[in-house]
Amino acid sequence: MMSDDELRQKVVEVLAAEFELDPADMIPTATLYDDLDLDSLDAVDMVVVLEKTFAFKLSDEERLRSIRTMDDLFIFLIDLKNQSA
Amino acid sequence: MPLNRVVITGRGAVSPYGLGVDDFVDNVWQGHSAVKVIEEWGEIGGMKSLLAAPVPPFNAKKSLPRSLRRAMGPLALYATLAAKEAAADAGLDEDFLTGGEVGAVIGSTTGSPEALAALYGHYLFDNSIAAIKSGEFFKIMGHSCSANVCLALGLTGEQWAPSSACTSAAQALGLGYLLVGSGRQQAMLCGGADETHASVTGVFDVVKAASCRNDTPNATPSPFDVKRDGVVCGAGSGIMVLESLDSARARGAQIYGEICGFGHVNDSEHIANPHARSMARAIAQAMAEAGVSGSEIDYVNAHATGTEQGDLAEAQAIAQAVSSSVPVSSLKGHFGHTLGAAGALETIILLEMLKRQEIVPTLNLTEPDPECSCVDLVQEMRPASLTTIVKNNFALGGVNAALVIRAI
Repeated sequence: MMSDDELRQKVVEVLAAEFELDPADMIPTATLYDDLDLDSLDAVDMVVVLEKTFAFKLSDEERLRSIRTMDDLFIFLIDLKNQSA
Repeated sequence: MPLNRVVITGRGAVSPYGLGVDDFVDNVWQGHSAVKVIEEWGEIGGMKSLLAAPVPPFNAKKSLPRSLRRAMGPLALYATLAAKEAAADAGLDEDFLTGGEVGAVIGSTTGSPEALAALYGHYLFDNSIAAIKSGEFFKIMGHSCSANVCLALGLTGEQWAPSSACTSAAQALGLGYLLVGSGRQQAMLCGGADETHASVTGVFDVVKAASCRNDTPNATPSPFDVKRDGVVCGAGSGIMVLESLDSARARGAQIYGEICGFGHVNDSEHIANPHARSMARAIAQAMAEAGVSGSEIDYVNAHATGTEQGDLAEAQAIAQAVSSSVPVSSLKGHFGHTLGAAGALETIILLEMLKRQEIVPTLNLTEPDPECSCVDLVQEMRPASLTTIVKNNFALGGVNAALVIRAI
């Protein structure tokens, strides 16, 4: 099973590639919209990319909408990983 | 009849020779063919034509941010780069572009064929929309070029997107002429775009109108030649800034030429076949609006794509509407039929002809079809006194368009 650190690294890797971001900017406190300059369309694509990468569904819309920072995203995905274990 | 005189003050091109007007013009003047063999099309069942004039690969990341590129298929990308070049060439600053007096009218045959194929590949073969990204619709919508250009340049005037295959750009120039001429807009970015794709060439292949000279790509298409065997599809975008003469003069802008007549008629005869009388009617309508007679036309730039029926009908139409002595050439031999971009890319070369006072010949025309020789078919670069010229474009579906352009 993937460790939490491996998951974080993978998230940074795939989102950096998808959105042409510098991984150095994708620190836990970075906000997706303001710091990383993503928008609502990018949020849709982020879900597509993460579902494909980790092979689990990101269907909790309410929790998805509450994600503000990279760390929020990491915690959400780690929870999903643990639930699917 | 427009109230304001309408002039062209900027040009931008992405062509089968690469990025920018300068390379485009240089390659055409040097008589280079942009046609290539696309080997992988040979693996498609039934595909006989393996020829195209694609835009060479380039790195778009240098030119546009991801936030814009994500909604663009190749054709919208071409249109946006051409539009930026045209706006810069015209010297339009940000305040002018974003003030509401400038819009865009940019057409294409469809939305991006590449994006359409990718989207329907997911949808049909996987029976799922789960892997479809948010930008895909914006690449395939019919107004993908105009929407993306408006967003990239901050245009807040009128947005239009004529979609009529081979006359998309001709209609765009005509509509821009009407909008600026009527005073609704001070300037418009006008033109069209298309991309090469097997499904596009396949349309012509199915109706036996595609060139199949796969062994000699640089010798085809050959408009007006007795051995012509059909169309080669090309890609790119041509965009021009149309502006009122008063605005251009007030800005001290360079002026490439004036659009002084737009003929635009439907033939209602056949969904695919050309119709010489309707072609002639479009040319005559444009000339009447410009107030010129056949003897005043110095040159006609033909639509002539290299099909047996189309070239013949057009030669007859030009002889009837203009004269049998008028010089005529087609640019399809150089860079194929760029479909939705054709009217604009070809007009950019026309403006250069006006500037250089030279007529570019039809490339690959070595043995003129006697039946097309009812006009003066130009076979070599020809110095000429050019003031008033006619530009033709015709489309499947019965659209016949002609512009009269005058040096100013």
